[in-house]
Amino acid sequence: MTDITSPQSASTHGIFDSDWMIRVRRGSEALAIPLAALLVSALLFSIFLLALGKSPAQFFQLVWLGGFGTAFSWSNTLLRAAPVMLTALAVAIPARLGLTMIGGEGALVLGGFTAAAIAIPLIGSGAPLFMHILMFAGALAVGAAWVGLAGALRQFRGVNETISTLLLSYIAIAIMNFFVEGALRDPADPNKPSTKALESAEMIGKLPGIDVHWGLAFAVVACVAVYILMFRTTFGFACKIAGGNARAALAQGLPVGRLVIVATLIAGACAGMAGYFEVAAVHGKANASLATGYGFTGILVAFLARQHPLAIMPVAILFGGIAAAGGIIQRRMGLPDATVLLLQGMTFVVLLASETFYGRLAIFNPKARTERT
Amino acid sequence: MTGERRAIGLEAVKMRKVFGGLVALDDVSLKVPAGTFHALLGENGAGKSTLVKCIMGFYKPDGGQVLVDGRQSAIANPREAAEAGIGMVYQHFTLVPSLTGAENLVVSRPRGRQIIDWKAEHAALEEFLARMPFRAPLDKPVHMLSAGEKQKLEILKQLFLDQRFIILDEPTSVLTPDEADEVLGLLRGMTKRGDVTVLMITHKFREVQAFADDLTVLRKGGYAGAGKVAETPVDAMAKMMIGDTQIRERAARVAQKDAPVTLDIAGVCADADDGRVAIDGINLKIHAGEIVGIAGVSGNGQSALVEVLSGQRPMREGQLTIKGSDFIPSRQSMAKYKVFGLPEEPLKNAAVPNMTVAENIAFRTFDQPPIATLGWWLSAGPMRKRAQELIARYRVKTPSADAPIAALSGGNVQRAVLARELSGEVDVLIVANPCFGLDFASVEEIRAQIMDQRNRGAAVLLVSEDLDEILSLSDRVAVMSEGKIAYVEEIAKTDRATIGHHMAGHGH
Repeated sequence: MTDITSPQSASTHGIFDSDWMIRVRRGSEALAIPLAALLVSALLFSIFLLALGKSPAQFFQLVWLGGFGTAFSWSNTLLRAAPVMLTALAVAIPARLGLTMIGGEGALVLGGFTAAAIAIPLIGSGAPLFMHILMFAGALAVGAAWVGLAGALRQFRGVNETISTLLLSYIAIAIMNFFVEGALRDPADPNKPSTKALESAEMIGKLPGIDVHWGLAFAVVACVAVYILMFRTTFGFACKIAGGNARAALAQGLPVGRLVIVATLIAGACAGMAGYFEVAAVHGKANASLATGYGFTGILVAFLARQHPLAIMPVAILFGGIAAAGGIIQRRMGLPDATVLLLQGMTFVVLLASETFYGRLAIFNPKARTERT
Repeated sequence: MTGERRAIGLEAVKMRKVFGGLVALDDVSLKVPAGTFHALLGENGAGKSTLVKCIMGFYKPDGGQVLVDGRQSAIANPREAAEAGIGMVYQHFTLVPSLTGAENLVVSRPRGRQIIDWKAEHAALEEFLARMPFRAPLDKPVHMLSAGEKQKLEILKQLFLDQRFIILDEPTSVLTPDEADEVLGLLRGMTKRGDVTVLMITHKFREVQAFADDLTVLRKGGYAGAGKVAETPVDAMAKMMIGDTQIRERAARVAQKDAPVTLDIAGVCADADDGRVAIDGINLKIHAGEIVGIAGVSGNGQSALVEVLSGQRPMREGQLTIKGSDFIPSRQSMAKYKVFGLPEEPLKNAAVPNMTVAENIAFRTFDQPPIATLGWWLSAGPMRKRAQELIARYRVKTPSADAPIAALSGGNVQRAVLARELSGEVDVLIVANPCFGLDFASVEEIRAQIMDQRNRGAAVLLVSEDLDEILSLSDRVAVMSEGKIAYVEEIAKTDRATIGHHMAGHGH
């Protein structure tokens, strides 16, 4: 270098500043902070359990047993992880564009409802593949439109996307209830109001070898595909520019509005796919059980995974396990069902607080606080 | 106001500050007697900001002491500095954008009252302003003020708080020359009367010579020299500042004859964010190999014009033509017509702070081979390789191509943007305040690059609030006033006074 050497450059040639070390430091920061947040929330939750006179050790032992201890609990866990992976993608994709969208629940419910509604005239028609293709396409299209609507409102009308996606979720649930309890209610169903159920032979089957439906495979493929799209393509790179600084993206001639719309459409399609599998592989029909909070768990999972599509998979399995253990915890410890929700909520608050540590811990950022004139 | 409290003197003795393994400040001493105007000179990273932040109590120094009026004082935080009568005007604005000037002044008091009697406060402010030789609008929200007005308000705030030792961190980088002279002249007068003492961080020699009594120079974190301004010629100042480093020499202006029009701006109108008219019928033709400088008081539509040309603001009316073809600032047309830009505040307008230097350098090329395959597959290898080449070629100082660009100093962020925008063929270059807040060497480098592009045949639109920059670079100068072009003339046929006259809106 021939020009003026600032004091900084004196220390920029050491091994600790090689490209490789910087990437290692960044990577370990992204791993260590969420893990620490999980640990802190577990500690806080233990205090809560102690206050109730319950044993934290027993609680976490039961989470292990109910979520990961046996083959049966694993299939329960993966069954819950599959939709959560997809709803987490619905959060992570817009996050890449700097948007905080929490509408996965609504897109899931409306996607599932659409699939069930499309199925009604086709049940028992003897063309299950045709029926499933239509259901799948309908669920993805409606889910995409639902989140895409929030994206368009944000881009062209300046409506806050977090508020609009949250409210659109309530509207989605209300739309489903309106039809399920009215025009599309199956009179033959003696239980809670539902659409006409698929015949059990028409349901989506299990993956070979394990007791989990094909939705898991689709969810894993979706996570990998979104990773490739957002991290390995020019579209993903353009999204990252637009999300990081919209003014700079415009000055580079990037179509920021189109990127926002396309990304939110993809996000909604992911959540819509989760709804399709809930109907086609789990419930066989649309009813209030569709809105069980997978969309909201997806928000937590996406944040804990730092909005990274590949990290979403293990985190979704972790929370799938915690949810799967809910039943056994209720029975063995006499704790209410909402206990697991409380743990989730606590984790989320601690997680949001932990965001402030990024870029501030000396071990991960050797010279981050250096000031210049 | 207490009135009897007069200017205070300040002395920093052997100040030392270490960040990690880096000595940012190496036993630096500085003496500012009461009632003087002291200039603190130094390059990027010389330690000027670190020194004043130690004085202000932002940093805890690792060694040394501060004497206020000869008494040792332990200033632990900026509040204690304020109580000692030391105030600072920062390089970046610290006003609350949504509050009015008056509200900003009133709430800035360290011991705010629980109930504010606005009638009395306004009367007191009027009385205060009447004693000041310059004013700033107090009834408008701060975000509606121009940069110059904001800077005046920042200085007024310190005076309102009755600070008697005022530290200014490059205060004139946001002001027009007249505004700068006006503000510094006022402060000079106040130091002469013994009302305040001023310590100004700067690298403008003209200002040092015109206003300062004494100067201290830092280089690479250490003391490089001090003296009376009257006894120190500019050459000596420059030598102390930059040591024996070579400053890039600017290429001579190559005469261009009968060059064709490259960029034609015809009848362009656009609205501001609040719906008011920002620019109103701009007509301007820029020839190949020509720099047209746009002068004007900040806030007269220059930034809106740049935004329209770079696609950041929709055009309501009018037409842009490049070499005879319609131009819409989309990515495809920018690549086709080779339109590039150097905006002001690059971290805000041209870079994504948390993306790496390599990624930021790839913004123009990430969708083209070799970085992109088939137009959509992105390869990190070629991206990093190209970035490393450009980092070396443009001497961007960064720990690594993988460091976030926000970790770089302002001059190096602008160099990275320069590398991205100017490393290919350029036909049209849109430049806005490219040297805002940068150091001497970076400024010369950037101006030389702009001149190189002109000599290679690019049509350059240069918007600048620094009239010296316009006078030294432009072939023609245009003055913008109230969203219109008020005056266009070849640089040889005009002068500073005429331009200033039109800038002030007295052209007709």
